[in-house]
Amino acid sequence: MDWMYMWMPIAGVNIFWPGLVLIGFSVGVIGGFFGMGGAWMVTPGLNILGFPMAFAIGTDIAHIAGKSMISTIRHSKFGNVDYKLGVIMIIGTVFGIEIGAQLVMWLESIGKVGPVVRWVYVFVLLLIATMVFVDYWKAVRKKKAGIVGEHGAEGITWYKTLHRIKIPPVMHFKVSGITCSAWLPIMVSFLTGILAGFLGIGGGLLRMPALVYLIGCPTHIAVGTDLFEVMISGLYGTFTFGAKGRIEIWAVFVMLCGAAIGAQIGTVATKYAKGYGIRVAFGLAVLACMVSIILKQFKFDISATVLILSAVGLICLYICVIMFKGAAEELREKRMEKSAA
Amino acid sequence: MKTVYSPLLLIAGAAAFLLPEALWAAGGSAEMLVVVADSRQVSSGVNRYLLDLYNTNPMGFGILCVITTAILGCGLGLITDFIMKQTGIDLKSRKIVEH
Repeated sequence: MDWMYMWMPIAGVNIFWPGLVLIGFSVGVIGGFFGMGGAWMVTPGLNILGFPMAFAIGTDIAHIAGKSMISTIRHSKFGNVDYKLGVIMIIGTVFGIEIGAQLVMWLESIGKVGPVVRWVYVFVLLLIATMVFVDYWKAVRKKKAGIVGEHGAEGITWYKTLHRIKIPPVMHFKVSGITCSAWLPIMVSFLTGILAGFLGIGGGLLRMPALVYLIGCPTHIAVGTDLFEVMISGLYGTFTFGAKGRIEIWAVFVMLCGAAIGAQIGTVATKYAKGYGIRVAFGLAVLACMVSIILKQFKFDISATVLILSAVGLICLYICVIMFKGAAEELREKRMEKSAA
Repeated sequence: MKTVYSPLLLIAGAAAFLLPEALWAAGGSAEMLVVVADSRQVSSGVNRYLLDLYNTNPMGFGILCVITTAILGCGLGLITDFIMKQTGIDLKSRKIVEH
């Protein structure tokens, strides 16, 4: 079985390469569907495969950059990427991350960084999950009451209130179909940037719901636009971690082979999923992430890893089912149309 | 229109200068641990080149990581996209339905 192990010359370890392909595939599927990098899923997997921690994070970021590029290309062809909005949001994200990082440094100086960051992370994830499920519950009620908008029933519509604040310059984002003050996306990305910098995460987990609930992007466009941002920040992360010697480049190549297939499946699955299908599955993923952090906080490291990997497996399976069922139905309809003609 | 975009262009320009430092700072407090790859077991080929670059030129290795990741990401994206097209699925349009 030696052929199943690959020598990683930089990290100096033998790695079970099908495991890398599988991790790349799963995160490709989930990332393409939810519009996030998914670092919280990859790092435990790389650790299990025997990657030294020093290389796990950098390798993970480089893989996320490549994977997001694949998903962005696909989402872009569907018309799911609002580049104008994405570029504007980068401004806020950059300044936000800097302030978040400074906050962490201050906490470090008073020796309270570990528990504070973890509990803030848990609180933010709980807030996102609650928001997603309350939104779903409200949307179901509205649908039953017959209150349906352009894209179907909507639960939480905070963005409508925020759109009324017309501080110049007011901009129109054609792809998202929204008109608002340019300060709205800048401020939202600034706040999510602070949180991302503070929590030490990429920020996709925070930006995707923020794009939906605060800026008013349709879910599909929020997913595509967020991936565009993840791609840019991921490429810069690749450079910084590469220059610090924390990337095992061969592992990135192997993982990308799996991610390339996974990202296509995840992205195409959004075509067959309703916005709320994506939101609810996202909420469940956030819940799994939250419980795993609580378990880690109480030193149940193995249980946390098992939970994360089980959640990744199940969500990945759910997305694959959506994609294959949807594609089969579409092809069947096309065949029927052809035979009728 | 010009007045609308001017402040934004100014901010974008400032961000381009601040981006490296901000993101570098976001990487957390820099670990001063120096990792050296063992190149004794590798005598030639791409592996040797990568290991030498890794050990002697960290900045060059960082740039190489970005370029190879971008090329591979783009290349694999286009190949899998082509394969996906062969299935006959409509990959250019989708309906946005929220609920």
